[in-house]
Amino acid sequence: MKELFPVPHVIGFVSSLLLSLIALVVIKFDLSFGMGMTILGVTAIIQACLQLFLFMHVGENENKTALLTNIGYALFVGLVTIFGTLFAMMWGYQMI
Amino acid sequence: MKWDEFFVTGEPMIYAAMVSIVLVSIAIPAGLTYFKKWGYLWREWLTTVDHKKIGVMYIIAALLMLFRGGVDALLMRAQTAVPNNGLLDGQHYNEIFTTHGIIMILFMAMPFIIGLMNVVVPLQIGARDVAFPRLNAVSFWLFFFGAMLLNISFVIGGSPDAGWSAYFPLASLEFSPTVGNNYYSLALQIAGIGTLMTGINFLVTILKMRAPGMKLMKMPMFTWSILITSVIIIFAFPVLTVALALMMLDRQFGTQFFAMQNGGMDMLWANLFWVWGHPEVYIVILPAFGIYSEIIATFARKNLYGYKSMVYSMVVISLLSFLVWVHHFYTMGHGVMVNSVFSITTMAISVPTGVKIFNWLFTLRRGKISFTTPMLYALAFIPIFTIGGVTGVMLAMASADYQYHNTMFLVAHFHYVLIPGTVFGVIAGFHYWFPKVFGFKLNERLGKWAFWFIAISFNITFFPLFILGLNGMTRRMYTYSESTGYGPLNMLSMVGAVGLTIGFILLVYNIYWSTRYQPREVTGDPWDARSLEWSTPSPVPEYNFAKTPVVDKLDAFWFAKKEGKSLTEEGDYEPIHMPNNNGQPFIMGVAFFFFGFFMVFSWWLPAIIAGMFILGTMAYRTFEQDHGHYVTVEEIERTENALRGEKK
Repeated sequence: MKELFPVPHVIGFVSSLLLSLIALVVIKFDLSFGMGMTILGVTAIIQACLQLFLFMHVGENENKTALLTNIGYALFVGLVTIFGTLFAMMWGYQMI
Repeated sequence: MKWDEFFVTGEPMIYAAMVSIVLVSIAIPAGLTYFKKWGYLWREWLTTVDHKKIGVMYIIAALLMLFRGGVDALLMRAQTAVPNNGLLDGQHYNEIFTTHGIIMILFMAMPFIIGLMNVVVPLQIGARDVAFPRLNAVSFWLFFFGAMLLNISFVIGGSPDAGWSAYFPLASLEFSPTVGNNYYSLALQIAGIGTLMTGINFLVTILKMRAPGMKLMKMPMFTWSILITSVIIIFAFPVLTVALALMMLDRQFGTQFFAMQNGGMDMLWANLFWVWGHPEVYIVILPAFGIYSEIIATFARKNLYGYKSMVYSMVVISLLSFLVWVHHFYTMGHGVMVNSVFSITTMAISVPTGVKIFNWLFTLRRGKISFTTPMLYALAFIPIFTIGGVTGVMLAMASADYQYHNTMFLVAHFHYVLIPGTVFGVIAGFHYWFPKVFGFKLNERLGKWAFWFIAISFNITFFPLFILGLNGMTRRMYTYSESTGYGPLNMLSMVGAVGLTIGFILLVYNIYWSTRYQPREVTGDPWDARSLEWSTPSPVPEYNFAKTPVVDKLDAFWFAKKEGKSLTEEGDYEPIHMPNNNGQPFIMGVAFFFFGFFMVFSWWLPAIIAGMFILGTMAYRTFEQDHGHYVTVEEIERTENALRGEKK
């Protein structure tokens, strides 16, 4: 029965739905900006870990070099995109 | 919605297109029925998971799209050939330059490259298929139906008309009220998901399925270029996915991400588009670099000069490609700091590219060069691409770009990079690997005629645009007055476009002629080449390698030939495990097509039904048991003996 019913995955799926619901609190209730961002940040990080470890099997990789290169590259692209966009569209915009 | 809004009306050319579409859609099923080919089509092609057949289908689709995009280009050149021309009206011209861009980049260049990598990469690394054959078929059918969805837009509902970059606010519902840009967001989304899956598939294939002994630094250069390309695809395409989803939400669900009010930011679209768009440029150019590396090494009869520097320069390009996107919109009002930073990163990217150019030149130096058709394309690429590269550095200077921005100079520049880079590259690769897939070469004489027509006409078409741009002609102008003086050079460009058309016709005629009359290959290695794919017989059997080759160095096949060694170990054949064909990817593609079509017109109920059907096919796949099949030893022996002659 255990093979037919993947308990951790179902729990993971339900918790990722739950986390999304918790994030909805931010727009449904009148929270301060800091409070709202904290809730979003915390739920997002838990959500990302859930996806990485449970559904994308990050912990099960034998080849650590490939894994770390991949994560490093992803971080590079992600951070460049986010901070580059902020730089181009907000901080550096109309700045002399 | 009324019928006259559903179909595009009022243009004789569109009516002609409708008639031809109806005729073709009658002719194809009629022909299939008459020649009793339905079963063959379904069993051998629509359900196939064989990477070689999927590659061939990609390339056929790409050639069809090259024709479609080429007709668009001819119409544009014809419209602007003389001042005050009335061949096309402004709206029609907008739709044509938009679809020309989308089709040439996403539905011609991309599938041509993906087709070649499908055919070649598993063969080059000594694998029997890609890592996920079924997923590969899903990728193809998503691309194919995404492309079809965009193509029907010019008769049903109207094509996207806000440029291939679909800048907001022009592409918003307010300024582009037709369904054209809905087609844009949905067709590109569907095809883009397919491309993303291809990227994952090939990354895993190259990392996990190389022949024993083939270390990363012993891989052929084309495989290296595909590895890097796959990495760029995996990291760049999600940005497009998100941007297109936001675009769809904005246009069809009333969100305000790219709106000019309510906290939206219209220029964020341009930003996200080019965060994907610039890496995309390298996605289409790096595989071409890989193709040239193979061809130049083969026909100069030398090993590739500076193998390591080739690899490192590609890795550096892949990183830098994510750091330059703002140079596409220097004039949008950023401060000096932003423009300076992106100017510098952009100029930096020309360094690794320059390294590659010199490596090719040094490979040619003192080589015994044979001037075959693929080699001619590779040789023409070097000087023409360099002109494109140098004008790119001119455009990279932010202050100078204020002069060049959105002029024909820019149009000339990117055609000078994309055509010798990507188009010459894929045509060269097409000629080079054609005998591997079909078992006969394309005719050299016809191929060279086509080459000279294409190479010379290309320069006649696009060089005048540099001058027109410097004289102030902007891109996307659908007409101009005689007093501007743009007439003669535009006419010259039109003459070049006709030459390019003749070249393309010769290329297609060559395929037909060679299929009928060209002598068949028996060796499997018609070019006396260097990498593993040439150790298989042509055409390649389903399982690629009867025995897995063992590799100990770069160009192992070349050295094995010279030393008269065998790449495989002694011993008998063993049964080969192969994946089963399956119709599900095709059915899924059809479902995606209908889902996209209903979404374009905001017909929610049918869209939901189609969407549920797609989820249903995925659920079915989850519970499906499919363990593939084994090719028996007797069958391998029979096939190998037939293909290689009696010797074992």
